[in-house]
Amino acid sequence: MSKKAFITLKLFATLGKFTPASADNYRVEPGTSVRDLIAGLKIPEEKAKLIFIDGIKGELDSTLNGGERIGIFPPVGGG
Amino acid sequence: MKPDVDIKIRIRELSNRKKLPDKTPYTGISVNNIINISGDSGISCRDIEIASLEEEIIPERYIRNMKSFSANDQATLLKSMITIVGLGGLGGVVTEILARTGIGILNLVDGDVFEESNLNRQFLCTENLISTQKAEAAEKRIKEINSSVTVRKYSEYLNEENAAGIIGGSDAVIDCLDSLTARFVLERASKKAGRRLVSAAVAGSYGHITTIFPEDPGLKLIYGDPENAPNKGAETSLGALSYCVSLVASLEASEAIKIILKNGSLLRNKLLVIDLADNSFETMHLS
Repeated sequence: MSKKAFITLKLFATLGKFTPASADNYRVEPGTSVRDLIAGLKIPEEKAKLIFIDGIKGELDSTLNGGERIGIFPPVGGG
Repeated sequence: MKPDVDIKIRIRELSNRKKLPDKTPYTGISVNNIINISGDSGISCRDIEIASLEEEIIPERYIRNMKSFSANDQATLLKSMITIVGLGGLGGVVTEILARTGIGILNLVDGDVFEESNLNRQFLCTENLISTQKAEAAEKRIKEINSSVTVRKYSEYLNEENAAGIIGGSDAVIDCLDSLTARFVLERASKKAGRRLVSAAVAGSYGHITTIFPEDPGLKLIYGDPENAPNKGAETSLGALSYCVSLVASLEASEAIKIILKNGSLLRNKLLVIDLADNSFETMHLS
């Protein structure tokens, strides 16, 4: 059985509707990619335009080991 | 025409010794006296105010700035030019703030007219200005606020052809646009002209802001490559709330003023992300 890993997840703007109930303590498999995380949450990949891991820009291929704070943003252009 | 010694004597004659609420003494000059000296001499209100500040005589309209700005800072702002591209939600508030702060020259760019759906958040939009050019309304508002501000009005949309001519010479450019495509046009022009750009965007109660110097990667760190970026974002479904728009616009004005005064810290290669739904404010690192 794989080790438990938990992240804090915040989905911004239009992605808010994909927020799981356990977003403050969301379980992931250690080594999972942001792409897999997004797929698991049923977020269309093209909507996940901007990803931050612990306040630093990440990528879809970035891997998670537990303990991270993840922020995911759609494109926003209103003025 | 520039103020000469006689004008400086006139400024001094019409000034008054006063005290701030904390009892700090200062010498001030009223708005009416500035306007009268300008009318008598044919010298612009802006140049009269600059001459006054050089004599450490503070125009009363700026007196509440003076614990944050020096007289020299205020004169620097009056000698500066800022281009505001987009005069909707963000741009209307930015225009108001920069006119009150005393930026000397404001280039205002927007080809659009007001419509009823603007009334919830666009401070320049009033019921009787529906169908009026936004740039025209902005110019009128500035003139009502501060006769020392020179307005260069462009009732046209920014594009690859007109951008260089409009933003050239600006000490800061502020992106208050509402489409990603236009934002990239502005960024390209700003980089090419060596101008510093403040860029912000909003959707619902969410907003973000960054500052881009010509050598910085800029918007592609936020939106990806321009050729793959959509024209519109989450605002299409979320709209924009007045209190979020005005907050983010205030941050844009603050960044532009710090660029000009070369003080404080800027959001270069950073994105300040705001979500008023849960009062979250976080500065993210883009690179």
